[in-house]
Amino acid sequence: MLELRKDIFADERDDNLKEIGKGTQRQDMLGHVTGTSTYFDDHKLQGMLHLKVLRSPHAHARLRRIDTMEAERAPGVRRIIRGADVPINLNTLLSLINFGKDDEPSLAVDKVRYKGEPIVAVVADSPREAYEALAKVRVDYEPLPAVFDVEEALKPGAPVVNETYPKNTFVYHDVYDHQKLRFGDVERGFAEADHVLEQRYQMSPIEHAPTETNGSIAAPDTNGRYVVYTSTQALFFSLDTCAKILDVPSNTFHFIGGTVGGGFGGKVDTLTEPLAILGAMLTGRPVRYQLGREEEMQFGSPRGAERIYIKDGVMRDGRIVARKIRAYFDSGAYTRLSSYAVVKCVAHLPGPYTIPNVHGDVYCVFTNRTPATAMRGFGVTAMDFALECQMDKLAHLVGIDPMEFRILNAYRDGDMKAHRREAKNTALIECVQVAAEKAKWPLREEVKRMSSRTDGGGSRAAISPTPREPVPQRAAVSQQRTTYDRAPAATVQPPPPAPPTPPPPRPQAPSPSHGATRFSSVFGTRRR
Amino acid sequence: MTKTPLQFRHNGRDVALFVDGGVNLLVALRELIGDMTPKFGCGQGGCGACSVLIDGELHLSCLTLAETVNGRAVETLDGLKDGPNLHPLQRAFMEQFAAQCGYCTPGMLMAAKALLDRNPSPTRAEVVEAISGNICRCTGYEPIINAVLAAATSGRARA
Repeated sequence: MLELRKDIFADERDDNLKEIGKGTQRQDMLGHVTGTSTYFDDHKLQGMLHLKVLRSPHAHARLRRIDTMEAERAPGVRRIIRGADVPINLNTLLSLINFGKDDEPSLAVDKVRYKGEPIVAVVADSPREAYEALAKVRVDYEPLPAVFDVEEALKPGAPVVNETYPKNTFVYHDVYDHQKLRFGDVERGFAEADHVLEQRYQMSPIEHAPTETNGSIAAPDTNGRYVVYTSTQALFFSLDTCAKILDVPSNTFHFIGGTVGGGFGGKVDTLTEPLAILGAMLTGRPVRYQLGREEEMQFGSPRGAERIYIKDGVMRDGRIVARKIRAYFDSGAYTRLSSYAVVKCVAHLPGPYTIPNVHGDVYCVFTNRTPATAMRGFGVTAMDFALECQMDKLAHLVGIDPMEFRILNAYRDGDMKAHRREAKNTALIECVQVAAEKAKWPLREEVKRMSSRTDGGGSRAAISPTPREPVPQRAAVSQQRTTYDRAPAATVQPPPPAPPTPPPPRPQAPSPSHGATRFSSVFGTRRR
Repeated sequence: MTKTPLQFRHNGRDVALFVDGGVNLLVALRELIGDMTPKFGCGQGGCGACSVLIDGELHLSCLTLAETVNGRAVETLDGLKDGPNLHPLQRAFMEQFAAQCGYCTPGMLMAAKALLDRNPSPTRAEVVEAISGNICRCTGYEPIINAVLAAATSGRARA
């Protein structure tokens, strides 16, 4: 046991902590009001070059030819970067935790899949010279039919957006084209219900529009390393993503960030760092890559659109007895983080309510729209918008006050949630009571006395009989990498070689850990 | 490219530099003078992050050609405090939690200074109008308005 010599610091720190309930000054506030907080773009380095990117004007097109001859001779140009210059030009963000297939190039090679997709980067002495050179790049596009609607994208014969996922859906565990939740029997629930209400909800994509656009500055450092000033919200995530794309050990990079001019989820995608670093590697000079406002809006990923269908069965007394949900997340042209948002969404169904029969199907769908990403509660936010609109409509349908209707159906301690976990420390009833009080919304005395701590469990803890469904066949696992745009060469597999002697099992960690071991084992498989 | 000589007062000091044709004041301040307090947000006059005062009047430096400030006086956030002493607006912004990410703060402070210089006792509506060209994306308008009103009160108390 380490002994802390607190006596040395006795006059510096009060261990009697009483921070809750009083304001505490932000440690960065003086920098903010004096303009001395250092954002990534506030670094001006000697000999710094500027990187700009040619973007696709088409939502979906084959790239027949890319001609950079004239651009290479333009004044001030130091280097043209094409897809072939990117060491590993195919990545998916969550590959760092072994989730999903590499599906997104840093620079498009054979196809562009959304308007604004990067094709060629120019590194020049000034931003103006970079733009002038970009205007001299000639690209021969063959426009392809595009799909912008999640349900259209799932129809037979729809254009294939991303060949890594030929059915236009993310594939979970190499088998499932969507995430399911099954709890009880909704069809029986609907048959018993006094009313059934089915509604369709749609949320549009939402751009974070941070006041500071995404960007980074990369500069050669000593010992072959690179220092990177970046606007990222996820410093080490971006660092590891760059190490993978540029095929170097992660200790090649020293990332400096933390002062972010507004993020809201829109600065986790490592949009600029890989090309800025590659520019610095290829020119030996500091390289700055900052998105303009138009790029931020067109190319910077938004919160994804969602389409949601909810069908509920409700009794005259206000109990919801069945809830069936079918939802489609618009991931745009690449996965980024939408696959994870779908998992989070399904874990959230059917909202904070105890419903004996729940049925959920949620799809992560690819379309020719800008790839979507994280934004404040993504995966849950749009679903909650739909669920709570639905709750108001149901309350109206059965003639019950909407606040009371929520209290009536809320989780209570001891109830069984649709994921077959017991509800604990629930507090929705108390939240609604406080909200009603603050809004001076009248509640009946009987409802005011209700509590999350009482009347839960019992029959509400039961798992109703759940019909089994056929399980799809597991397809052959094929992680295609840079050849992703071509059909697999051979469908007949050679017989598998005799399995090597398995290595002795590693000693198990003595206590369960929450992710550190998983993460390190994932990184272990990736490093050579 | 031919460069144009340019001389102006920057926060009370004379500066002289050569600029390329078409260079805007934001780039001249940040890249040629090294004053990083005005920020790039949009480059099209939509966000106010680059706001500065030219001869006491509020301007968007991203839409101002650098050559047009020849012989004039440019003030940025860098010149707002008096030596080590913060301006009443800066103190009020700190006390009222009127900054979160801080990126809009330099422009907000300059817009607020332009207001208080011409109207030391603004109404709430006048404060809202004065910062209406400055976008904050971290949900900060209420504390910012309160800070400007508090600074106006403290300024009157000192006078």
